[in-house]
Amino acid sequence: MSDANATELPAMEPITPLGARAPRVDKHGQVTLTEATDTAIASFASRLGNEAKATKALAKFTGLELPAAGRMTEGKGLCVFWTSPDQWMVTASHDSHEDLAAQMKAAAGDTASVTEQNDAWCRYDLAGSGLDAVFERLCPINMRGREAGDATRTSIDHLGCFVLMSGDEAISVFGPRSSAGSLHHALLTAIRSAH
Amino acid sequence: MTQKNRLSGGMINRDRPMSFTFDGKMYQGFEGDTLASALLANDVRLMGRSFKYHRPRGPLTAGSEEPNAIVELRGGARQEPNTRATTAELFDGLVAKSQNRWPSLAFDAMAINDKLSSFFAAGFYYKTFMWPAAFWEKVYEPIIRKAAGLGSLSLQDDPDSYDKGFLHCDILVIGAGPAGLMAALTAGRSGAEVILADEDFAMGGRLNAETFSVGDASGRDWAAQTVAELASLPNVRLMSRTTVLGAFDHGTYGALERVSDHMFAPDAGKPRQILWRIYSKRAILAAGATERPIAFEQNDRPGVMLASALRSYANRWAVTPSQRVAVFTNNDDGHRTAQDLHALGVKVSAVVDTRADAPSSTDYEVLKGAVITDTMGRLGLTFAKVRQADGMERTLECGALGVSGGWNPNVHLASHQRGRPVWDADISAFVPSEALPQGMSATGAARGVLSTHGTLESGVSVAKGALKELGIKANATKTPEAEDAPINITPFWHVEGAKRAWLDQQNDVTAKDVKLAHQENFKSVEHLKRYTTLGMATDQGKTSNMGGLAIMAELAGKSIPEVGTTIFRPPYTPTAIGAFAGRSRDEDFRPVRKTPSHTWAEEQGAVFVEVGMWLRAQWFPKPGETHWRQSVDREVLQTRNSVGICDVTTLGKIDVQGADAATFLNKIYCNPFAKVPVGKVRYGLMLREDGIAMDDGTAARFAEDHFVVTTTTANAVSVYRHMEFVRQCLFPDLDVQLISTTEAWAQYSVAGPNARKLLEKVIDPEHDISNEAFPYMACGEISIGGVRGRLFRISFSGELAYEIAVPTRYGDALIRRMVAAGEEFDAVVYGTEALGVMRIEKGHAAGNELNGTTTALNLGMARMVNKKKDSIGSTLSEREGLNTDDALKMVGLKPVDSEKPVPAGAHLMTKGDPADAAHDQGYVTSACYSPNLGHHIALAYLKRGDERVGEVIRLVSPLTGIDHNVEVVSAHFIDPDGERLRV
Repeated sequence: MSDANATELPAMEPITPLGARAPRVDKHGQVTLTEATDTAIASFASRLGNEAKATKALAKFTGLELPAAGRMTEGKGLCVFWTSPDQWMVTASHDSHEDLAAQMKAAAGDTASVTEQNDAWCRYDLAGSGLDAVFERLCPINMRGREAGDATRTSIDHLGCFVLMSGDEAISVFGPRSSAGSLHHALLTAIRSAH
Repeated sequence: MTQKNRLSGGMINRDRPMSFTFDGKMYQGFEGDTLASALLANDVRLMGRSFKYHRPRGPLTAGSEEPNAIVELRGGARQEPNTRATTAELFDGLVAKSQNRWPSLAFDAMAINDKLSSFFAAGFYYKTFMWPAAFWEKVYEPIIRKAAGLGSLSLQDDPDSYDKGFLHCDILVIGAGPAGLMAALTAGRSGAEVILADEDFAMGGRLNAETFSVGDASGRDWAAQTVAELASLPNVRLMSRTTVLGAFDHGTYGALERVSDHMFAPDAGKPRQILWRIYSKRAILAAGATERPIAFEQNDRPGVMLASALRSYANRWAVTPSQRVAVFTNNDDGHRTAQDLHALGVKVSAVVDTRADAPSSTDYEVLKGAVITDTMGRLGLTFAKVRQADGMERTLECGALGVSGGWNPNVHLASHQRGRPVWDADISAFVPSEALPQGMSATGAARGVLSTHGTLESGVSVAKGALKELGIKANATKTPEAEDAPINITPFWHVEGAKRAWLDQQNDVTAKDVKLAHQENFKSVEHLKRYTTLGMATDQGKTSNMGGLAIMAELAGKSIPEVGTTIFRPPYTPTAIGAFAGRSRDEDFRPVRKTPSHTWAEEQGAVFVEVGMWLRAQWFPKPGETHWRQSVDREVLQTRNSVGICDVTTLGKIDVQGADAATFLNKIYCNPFAKVPVGKVRYGLMLREDGIAMDDGTAARFAEDHFVVTTTTANAVSVYRHMEFVRQCLFPDLDVQLISTTEAWAQYSVAGPNARKLLEKVIDPEHDISNEAFPYMACGEISIGGVRGRLFRISFSGELAYEIAVPTRYGDALIRRMVAAGEEFDAVVYGTEALGVMRIEKGHAAGNELNGTTTALNLGMARMVNKKKDSIGSTLSEREGLNTDDALKMVGLKPVDSEKPVPAGAHLMTKGDPADAAHDQGYVTSACYSPNLGHHIALAYLKRGDERVGEVIRLVSPLTGIDHNVEVVSAHFIDPDGERLRV
């Protein structure tokens, strides 16, 4: 597809969930909060009676073992996290997988329903030490009992979010994109309160 | 002389002196002091005035149960009334003021109430301020409010912030006294995840206030060593300054951590307090016990306090309220106060013990079988009168009197779920029953085990029990040796013959008031509480309830357990409302949702309106426009004359997929959906199960097994929830999957005669959107500048219109592109007001019409309820009551006098009928000024409205003074045949 009107009309430049051209990065103490914009997301829901086939197709597409409830698996530039029985979210680099949903649909055929979620979510990556104290002020997740690979649906400041535990010092939060500003404010406030 | 009452020893840091003021006067104290201990060190016993009679009062206790020493802390916006001096941790620069006095604490003019006390007995208000009824609100209540009450609010916004947080543990230990420490140690050494919370800033509980030894160390040192070991365990979280304030369902506890209250101001970014929600698998209540006073004549003078408090001040804070003290007790524990103060060099005038068999002492006089009958001293105790066993009266000189009537286990949290404590005759007190909140067990003094050894041992055993239930092997923890004195107590509640013996010192309730309540038949404890206000103050009767119960029991000829206790409710101690609000206040009260064009709209100076959590542009003022109507009229006219653009992202979008997607929508919508062709959109109406209209919207079919459903903005969540319910619970055998994509796509309405021309400039040329290729109600995938998008030919305004969608990150770019493309057409961007005007002009229903009481019949859409299929709400929409001959029908209204408004909310009356409810014919739901028609218009529900077009009817709104004639017309004011849609 070409942009025939490009010469006279403004180009279709994306903005970040926080409304800027470049992702925002905040540092406070040992914690870095990064607006992670290079994220493609697609939801994957097995169709009735096709659960086994769908699961197999997704495992094949991602090359990953599909995670059980409350868990995620990462590898090969992809991340899969559980959202519901026989349902997962898959994330990848937006730069390389802008059409992630279409690829997954092609792989799964009629065995699953796939929906593009690229811009339904904003994502923040928190890195550094002392993240337990930050998240204890944000959501009811048992931070002391967490393990790398946990993926939990929870509520942060009234916003439904997914919290993905990549490691002791790396946690990602997916929240509703339209409330990216409110979620960013909540995260930054908690970081400053805890540290 | 400063700190003249300071003794040796104590847990204060003499290397860290601190200055503070009380009622404007500067004093010195030390780190580790409370405001009360520092004031007592400076020979200040008078700290407040009582609620009703304004009697001078000093601290009764040394803890959170304090009824009397209630002060205002800090100043300016941080001024906090009704704070207990006994728990306020001293810091350098602390400012405190006494309250409920004028002009000064020492001379309080309102103390006249005390002289008039015979008029102010319990029930005084109820009997006196009865008549005339109209006086209550305007006259009586303001006077009473001014006279009563304690501290005052700053009336400024709280400058501090409060966090909420969530913690999890295997075992929550509530209280860090000997039992709690021992329980935490046992559980912590065994590897359990433990939280140990204590309201005090120093853990140790009574061990810090006593002279007992534990093992080889002093109790205080043992506590410090134990805390140090617990701190070294990674599985134990120590939370001092943290009050567990409530026991909630399933092992959940609320706890308030005072993060910054011991500082002049919170550090930058730090909260003042945190309200923690603690999820525990097991909880151990080790909240200790509270000593109870004995009621006697004039027992409220500053200097009269609990014997244990006297001991706490001396041992922990190295303070005595006076160099000469006496003790009044009915049990052996009271004698410890005399022993400890004597050892510290304080003169003990005598120990007055109600028991004839009281223990003796060689260090001071013990008056056995004696009682205190009166006290003296204007603003503080100077003498106490004693009636000896032989009936002789004598006077004791003393500036402080320690009173001990026994100990009440702190059963509050054990009783928060309506468990009633049970009576333990051995200690003459209530203890927790077996019916504890799920997962809780009580230990130590909270369970009625009052010896030090007993509490330590009880802590170990209860922790072992909890560990066993959790399947955690308990490591052997040896109980250290400690005193194990038996509890010798002979219940004694009040001295007979007293006229003013105070039970509830904060609320000024006397033994006589309890008698009066009984006399007037307020005999149930709950009635007693309400009638006398016993136990209703900020301390919730922690030191007073038992005395009241005992007297009521005597009067009723019952035992104390037969009288019973009132219900215990959270919070355990007063809690700032700000802590319950947490961060959810002011602009952070709830999250904000911003549309993809938000930044652009801000640049245009848009006026925003909250729609749910969304911020939507309401209109876009242009230079020279001074009234919103000018902006809105312009936006409407420009749209209808040429083309307008509106951000409609907020409308709910639900992705519906699956082999049975069409079948599913056929159930959800009352009109047919099974045969919607791929590439087409259909308008749909959803009914609730009861036949009432729920929401309307569209469903676009992108594939045989793929629809995108739109909902109204307001109902986006509730419709999605409804559809999930239907999917999961009503039709689990249908293959259908749902997910919201509201946020994923930026969607704009482009409406007006030039809509297509504008879009043809914007959309990549390979997509043919001519009327032939892309007719009314078509949908399809397109691209804009190489970006994937979706196009829907649907119209809310009644014009030739489209909705165009791109991934949200491109929403900002798309509106800029469309505005640039629209310049040659004089395109306008319009807000929600213009949107509303155009939909009213077109007669489209919205939230005002889908108001939860209306049916498809009322909306004029009865024929949409397809009877060839079954759909949700279809059957119940046939109910007789919903289908009467005079049912409301949606109509349009226009004023007979074109200058007049037709406001929403006004009611309709048939001409000639009286304007009353019985003759009501309907009501106006939506109203606006139509710039196209040049007058106001409205949508309304009118009985038999469809048959009454042309009728002139009376519009009445008594509230706003409206009463004029309007004409009933079709609701479709603009293009009733829909020709514009299809060009």
